[in-house]
Amino acid sequence: MSTLETPTITTNVREITFSQAIREALAEEMRRDPTVFIIGEDVAEAGTPFKVLLGLVDEFGTQRVIDAPISEPGFCGMGVGAAMTGMRPVVDIMFGDFLGLVMDQIANQAAKIHYMSGGKLFVPIVFRTSLGATRRTGAQHSQSLQAWPSHIPGLKVVLPSTPYDAKGLMKTAIRDNNPVVFIEDKMLHQTKGPVPEGEYTLPIGIAEIKRSGDDITLVATSSMVQVALGAADRLASLGIHAEVIDPRTTTPLDTETLIRSAQKTGRAIVLDEGYQRYGVTAELAAVIADGAFYYLDAPVKRMGAMDVPVPFSPPLEDLTVPTIEKLTEMAKTLCGRA
Amino acid sequence: MPERDISVPIFPRIGLVDDPAYGKIDIEQWLHMYEQMLKIHHFEESVNELYKTARMPGLAHLYSGEEAVAVGVCEALNPDDTITSTHRGHGHCLAKGAQVDRMFAELLGKAAGYCKGKGGSMHIADPETGNLGANAIVGGGGGIATGAALSAKMRGTNQVSVCFFGDGAMGQGVLYEVMNMAALWKLPIIYVCENNHYSEYTVTTEVNAGELRARPQAFGIPVEEVDGQDVRQVYTTAMRLVSAARRGEGPAFLICDTYRYYGHHVGDVNRTYYRPKEEEEAWRAQHDPIQLMGNWMCSAYSVQASLLDDIEQKVIAEITAGVEFAEKAPFPQLDEVDQDVYA
Repeated sequence: MSTLETPTITTNVREITFSQAIREALAEEMRRDPTVFIIGEDVAEAGTPFKVLLGLVDEFGTQRVIDAPISEPGFCGMGVGAAMTGMRPVVDIMFGDFLGLVMDQIANQAAKIHYMSGGKLFVPIVFRTSLGATRRTGAQHSQSLQAWPSHIPGLKVVLPSTPYDAKGLMKTAIRDNNPVVFIEDKMLHQTKGPVPEGEYTLPIGIAEIKRSGDDITLVATSSMVQVALGAADRLASLGIHAEVIDPRTTTPLDTETLIRSAQKTGRAIVLDEGYQRYGVTAELAAVIADGAFYYLDAPVKRMGAMDVPVPFSPPLEDLTVPTIEKLTEMAKTLCGRA
Repeated sequence: MPERDISVPIFPRIGLVDDPAYGKIDIEQWLHMYEQMLKIHHFEESVNELYKTARMPGLAHLYSGEEAVAVGVCEALNPDDTITSTHRGHGHCLAKGAQVDRMFAELLGKAAGYCKGKGGSMHIADPETGNLGANAIVGGGGGIATGAALSAKMRGTNQVSVCFFGDGAMGQGVLYEVMNMAALWKLPIIYVCENNHYSEYTVTTEVNAGELRARPQAFGIPVEEVDGQDVRQVYTTAMRLVSAARRGEGPAFLICDTYRYYGHHVGDVNRTYYRPKEEEEAWRAQHDPIQLMGNWMCSAYSVQASLLDDIEQKVIAEITAGVEFAEKAPFPQLDEVDQDVYA
């Protein structure tokens, strides 16, 4: 799989932030295709509260970086209509929690229009939104709701975990002829990583093995990849070699890579920052349990966010999310080393 | 909560209001609109029959009584202008140019339908005639139609977008959000509110506060209110609004006072608990758009009654052939079920 990710053109590779990688992808696609535009709250001069889009309005103007009123269902719906008629909108939904406001436009409209029209209408749109707790922003600005769009046929869901993945996957998402929900971990925005200058794309639906190992498989999405890699480091010092896999997209899901790894290691923990109950971890665990059953030495375990509204108080909030410590303990137990 | 006294019916206005401008329009164009209205009328009668004789799966929401709205508005549009339609959408699809046979095929879930049978009555879409689709979410076309107007403006195509919806959709917040943006950005869109006075099974005045027209006016959107049973008034008003939108003057809101002859859907038969029979009879007998138009053409243009009969016979033949085509058409192959989920 890793060969697919290598850029074919060797260009200058810089260390840039996740935010810069997203911005670079958007700028490149907007230069390349005049039908690409951005719409959302505070996207122009403000560059969003996360400053991800800073500067884009200077290059592309307010006609292509459109500040909308605080009307998420309205501008999401307009994005759908624009996408159906020749444009490629990137709609900014500031916080993932606001998916609650716009699920009709995403799930009932965007996701179904191609199918309901018998394949005649297309909705090439990207809904950019965010996930992640521990920013001390309370229950309505901290959720990781990727399970919602992942559940709906007709949508693709992308969860990049590195600046490199973010740029390559954003460019692919914009060029995709389907609605894509692109979810960024707010805590990752300022993290840095190597990103090539210029053109490269990454395929949607291909997982990446972030670290190889033979003893246990840790499948982790988005914000949880760093947790899994951190746990893998600690496990290595105990002689347990964890393989860390990032599915990178939940729909479509690269089931083959997940199953093959679990078949190799015989043990798997799946990790996602969404609520655990009925969450992304449930689907990932079921895929592995089904596909690797005869190879497993232990039941597939999963770790998601605690099933409570995200509390404000820092010591309480910190309890609700998976951590390196909790994952390390669970992995040790699963490997009989607790 | 307030309750409506249904002993006070909502009666139609009496007669048509004439305008000398009507007589200056070519009779062929009025005859075309007359034919389109008849087509919708007979189409819906057949749909009701298919339902009652259990030859159609599911339900349908009939457009009967509202024909002049779709026909008058769509007649004012160019072929590449776009529309969004509603759960009560057959009339819009036909008026924008859809074929009867493929419409019936879609209603029966057949492969030859506009959406390969995957959409059904509430989801007919036909990009070739500018129809961006009917929508089973009340007000669901608001975002799409306004987005199409934004797209037309960004691409510089000179297209106008029309968003059809009923008075029931005035309860949907998203409509106000997109009207706000359409007004701010002077988008080429006409919001056509088909005020048939009922939000499903509830009289709309029971659930809508204030004046309907005051709502778009709050955004600075010009509002026109017409007799939706008078295709002449709908058409000439729509022409004016569409031209203004095409010139870049921004959105408009057109309220068409109309009536739904049948219930909310074909299965809504016993409905005297929410509206009186005499009200339905009054609209059918005194203010039917097709009848009124036929009478006017006979008097204003000396059209022979036999010509109108000929048109009706032609329409009936087309409808009969369409039903036959659809009933004989095959269902989709079963392997179609997971096709078109993704492009």
